[in-house]
Amino acid sequence: MAMMLQLASAVPIRLVHLSAVDIAIVAFYFVLVLSIGWYLKSRANTGEDFFMAGREMTAWVAGLSFLSANLGALELMGWAGSAYQYGILATHWYWIGAIPAMLFLALVMMPFYYISKTHSVPGYLKLRFGEPSRALSAISFAFMTVLMSGVNMFAMAKVMQIVLGWNINFSIWVSSLTVAIYVTLGGLRSAIFNEVLQFVLIWSGALLVPILGLYEAGGWTNLKHLIGERASYQYVHLWAGLGSFSSNPMGIHWTGIVFGLGAIISMGYWTTDFLVVQRILAAKDIRSAELAPIIGAGFKMMVPFIVILPGLLGLALLPEKLVPESMAAVTGAHSYNDVLPLMFARYLGPGLLGLGITALIAGFMSGMAGNVSAFTTVWTYDIYRPLINSNGSDHHYVNMGRWTTVVGVLISIGTAYLVMQFASIMDYVQALFSFFIAPLFGTVVLGMLWKRATGPGGFWGLLCGTLCSIGMWAWVKVDPTALRYVALSPHAKGLAQDMYQALWSFLVCVIVTVAMSLATKPASDSDLTGLVYGLTEVPVVGEVPLYKKPIFWAAIVTVVFFVLNIVFW
Amino acid sequence: MISIWFFIGSSLVVNGALILAAGIYEWVYPPTNVTVVLSYLHAGVWWGALLLLVGILYCFKFAPRHGH
Repeated sequence: MAMMLQLASAVPIRLVHLSAVDIAIVAFYFVLVLSIGWYLKSRANTGEDFFMAGREMTAWVAGLSFLSANLGALELMGWAGSAYQYGILATHWYWIGAIPAMLFLALVMMPFYYISKTHSVPGYLKLRFGEPSRALSAISFAFMTVLMSGVNMFAMAKVMQIVLGWNINFSIWVSSLTVAIYVTLGGLRSAIFNEVLQFVLIWSGALLVPILGLYEAGGWTNLKHLIGERASYQYVHLWAGLGSFSSNPMGIHWTGIVFGLGAIISMGYWTTDFLVVQRILAAKDIRSAELAPIIGAGFKMMVPFIVILPGLLGLALLPEKLVPESMAAVTGAHSYNDVLPLMFARYLGPGLLGLGITALIAGFMSGMAGNVSAFTTVWTYDIYRPLINSNGSDHHYVNMGRWTTVVGVLISIGTAYLVMQFASIMDYVQALFSFFIAPLFGTVVLGMLWKRATGPGGFWGLLCGTLCSIGMWAWVKVDPTALRYVALSPHAKGLAQDMYQALWSFLVCVIVTVAMSLATKPASDSDLTGLVYGLTEVPVVGEVPLYKKPIFWAAIVTVVFFVLNIVFW
Repeated sequence: MISIWFFIGSSLVVNGALILAAGIYEWVYPPTNVTVVLSYLHAGVWWGALLLLVGILYCFKFAPRHGH
């Protein structure tokens, strides 16, 4: 995310020029998303429909929107830039940094989320640990997600200014009003539909770049030689250079990748971030809820083809050398994060370019819609209903949801303008997310798998883990050399901080949760039925052939995951 | 209810048709200053045609009259 934030502060130099057919394609996208929102208006009149899309999404729709909710344009451009800067190592955030976590969510955690019939992750915490845990999680999530929406909005407007030369105010207001309209009208179902649309647009808009790029480079083997000559052969090895901090471009160690990124950060994000989990909770039955993250994982493994590979192709083929954002701001050269639009401009003619740009815009807007719809649900069901007005009718809460959508978008717009004035706010908003993700994973997974965990244990573990994370961040902020203690090596670089900070805060959360739980009175089995392993009966949805079972597809995905890591070792 | 896949098919049909038309136009009337690498492959034509074909298939399969 750090590179995404740098993206938004780049010097505005127009990178591409849209023809009439390109603009027609962009305009058609706006018409289509508003039409979808308008069409779904009549199917968003109950709380279950508005906030949970009626809990009737198929595995494919839930799975693709689950993935799309994460696959925003900042992700696309930022990670393509990271691939240019660090080589194939950036792929770890798509493979080990996502696949094990998504499969763990599908097979281990989803039954508890789904069977508890909760509407949100804070909602599960309330059922399992009580109101204090829910309140802590809900308030922090609601606050962070609406701020992130604003940060994304500003970043999108800045990117559109850089890439297309659009006025920042125009981009902010047109995109946010469009999102406000289609989410207010159609609720979560509208957000999900548009995320699936975004997924198809991204693939149809961006897939030509690696295809044409590999053709120009003469294939993968020749591409590796080109990169080796221009940069280093370290840039094309996924694991071989991770034996020490100093033998790879990123300055990380394999333990940080496996235990920090793979075991903790990715688990924390993919299993507890309500923005993505909400999409799975909208699935129509338990089997669809289990299959959806597996479908998402399958496609997630392919995303490096349209994100990482263009960055590598840019490293090999672009005539000019791209530079860090800070240098680009001074010299006027193109930065790392410009690599994806530069590759669009390199290969995509009229029409194709419009589709590529539409894919980026769709990514931004569905990211905003995702944040706003998650904020709306958590505010209405986890803050307003339990703490302010518990006696409202379903109709009242739906109206609250619609108004909250509008207010959420307005707060996001306000945040976007604030970020325009004080760019460092983006760093703090991103840091906020990192404080909660790893401890929240510790709290939720202990709650699901260990019935001895008590309410006070869950609350204090979450709080202590979070304070530990804040403490480490503040320590490194004040004294950058402290990173050597957090990451256990004097050679560790910035990215290592996220990994080790997550690892330590997770461990603190688990230790405090266990200690406090053992010191407090356990809940009765009847209070925990349907919430924890050993007291939850997973319903059998009929006898199905092997190829329809989630475990079968999880095994396929796992095998492909290992093969890919070996092939690109 | 209209399926999301019908909306997606519609999107692919419109985008595919526009890209295909632009690609054919450029092939018949090549621009004097070509800014795109590998323009001789006419990627717009075959990619636009592919999107259009997939879109038509989706629209047909998931059209509301088929009960989706």
